[in-house]
Amino acid sequence: MDAVIRKQLKIKACKARMGIIEGVFNAKSGHPGGSLSCADILTYLYFNHMNVDPQNPKDENRDRFVLSKGHAAPALYSVLALRGYFPVEELKTLRKSDSMLQGHPSVKYTPGVDMSTGSLGQGISAACGMALGAKLGGKSFRVFTVLGDGEIQEGQVWEAAMYASAKGLDNLVAVVDNNGLQIDGKISEVNSPYPIPEKFRAFGWNVIEIDAHSFDEIDAAFNAAAEFKGKPSVIIANSVKGKGVSFMEDQVSWHGSAPNAEQYEQAMSELQQALAELEA
Amino acid sequence: MADVIKTATRDAYGKALVELGGINDKVVVLDADLAAATKTGMFKKAFPERFFDSGIAEGNMMGVAAGLATTGYTVFASTFAMFAAGRAYEQVRNSIAYPNLNVKIGATHAGISVGEDGASHQCCEDIALMRAIPNMVIINPADDVEARAAVLAAAEYVGPVYMRFGRLAVPRIFDEDYKFEWGKAVVLSEGADVTICATGLMVKEAIEAKELLAAEGISAEIINVHTIKPLDKETILASAAKTGAIVTAEEHSIIGGLGSAVAEAVCESGKGVPVVRLGVNDEFGRSGPAVELLHIYGLDAQNIVAKAKQAISLK
Repeated sequence: MDAVIRKQLKIKACKARMGIIEGVFNAKSGHPGGSLSCADILTYLYFNHMNVDPQNPKDENRDRFVLSKGHAAPALYSVLALRGYFPVEELKTLRKSDSMLQGHPSVKYTPGVDMSTGSLGQGISAACGMALGAKLGGKSFRVFTVLGDGEIQEGQVWEAAMYASAKGLDNLVAVVDNNGLQIDGKISEVNSPYPIPEKFRAFGWNVIEIDAHSFDEIDAAFNAAAEFKGKPSVIIANSVKGKGVSFMEDQVSWHGSAPNAEQYEQAMSELQQALAELEA
Repeated sequence: MADVIKTATRDAYGKALVELGGINDKVVVLDADLAAATKTGMFKKAFPERFFDSGIAEGNMMGVAAGLATTGYTVFASTFAMFAAGRAYEQVRNSIAYPNLNVKIGATHAGISVGEDGASHQCCEDIALMRAIPNMVIINPADDVEARAAVLAAAEYVGPVYMRFGRLAVPRIFDEDYKFEWGKAVVLSEGADVTICATGLMVKEAIEAKELLAAEGISAEIINVHTIKPLDKETILASAAKTGAIVTAEEHSIIGGLGSAVAEAVCESGKGVPVVRLGVNDEFGRSGPAVELLHIYGLDAQNIVAKAKQAISLK
């Protein structure tokens, strides 16, 4: 990847992380850990890969994005705001009763959200339907969905995985945000879905494994998926839950809790410093 | 007198889908390995490029229907009522109704008249489940003519619709030129002493019950409530004001279906009249021939007559 683009993406991703912390802190609830772990992937998709236009969010030829792990809504909102779908200031209204930003993504409230999600396992099915719609209509748009690694414990994910390959949905790319943690603990201990790549291969998918925080690897993976024909592609993105905020990293306790004022200051200070270094 | 035509509403559904497919190229049909039984197989044969089988995976099918609908298609998703409203309840709620997507759920094999397959497949709770979901419209046609008309009307409406069809062949009630009015209950015949609100295959029983009641000097008004949600309160309350007593009749649990909807409307009107519900009591079904089961579970004209007398006695 071009060094300038990589740097720009890192800056956007850092700002996206600040938006996540801002939103969850003001809401006093939400899911920072799994939002931070997929922030780089979402930043890449919206700023460097997907064919989208914030001025025309309903364009029928746009690429689609479904956040199957809907609890990472703060990450999606933060990236959508930075991309220009709505003002960044809105992030502070997250989860408030008069906000356009629901606790989980909703097409009814938020410009740029392509599918309402939140109940795990359902987003990937909708993504399959969108990909099928593209094929049926002879359209070239592509469909992207991000799943949690805990989410793939849901049986519906495997119904959809079987379906996507059986119908030859090579215009669909799924990402598994493989941060290794779910609410009750390590996913390997709660109810292990490992090995993940072998499972998707057995279901007929093209499987790519990457470091979820390396833009070079992210870029290579999505470009490879775009070129792969005949099967849907899945990117197993090995990530760190809470990535970018030192005390949240790899800590299951930050799955679904908001920082207090002191923690908020520390998190923002760390991200400000990272941003300053990137912009230097 | 010519023989009465008997057709299952699922057959009318299958034929109507083919008719729709010919006039609307945005109609897409999904099924979950039951195309022969739900009759979507007719559409599959006519328009194979617009038919997709999800296999035995109803939850995923509803999600796929939702996604397809976002790309501009009018999607009909079919399986048995038990799996459409039961197994895939949460997918219908969260992936279809919450985003208010243009998906029509064609649920066949509803109620006790599934027959020999028994209780595991006899869904008598689907109306209750679907009623509780915001944005959902529920249509329960009484015969093949109404079923066809309802399918065509559902395709014109933008938003989620749950359509309830039966396995059992039922007598035709309506003329071929019957006009289906969206959300409007139909007063089939006027009466003075009691109102019978019926839906689905119980409409035919209500018409028979009227004859039986007339023989005893009781005048019954018959209302066909083909659309259970939104409920046509105006027509029902006007009839209640006139007759002063209501019986509801449905091939569904007495909990949460037409009877509950009518009772809620009557109670809240402040002009209370007795409402007596006929339906499947709070119990599971069993195996047996469909017609026999309908009698065993009390879903017939004789029981409507008994409930009508009960309602009148409560005035």
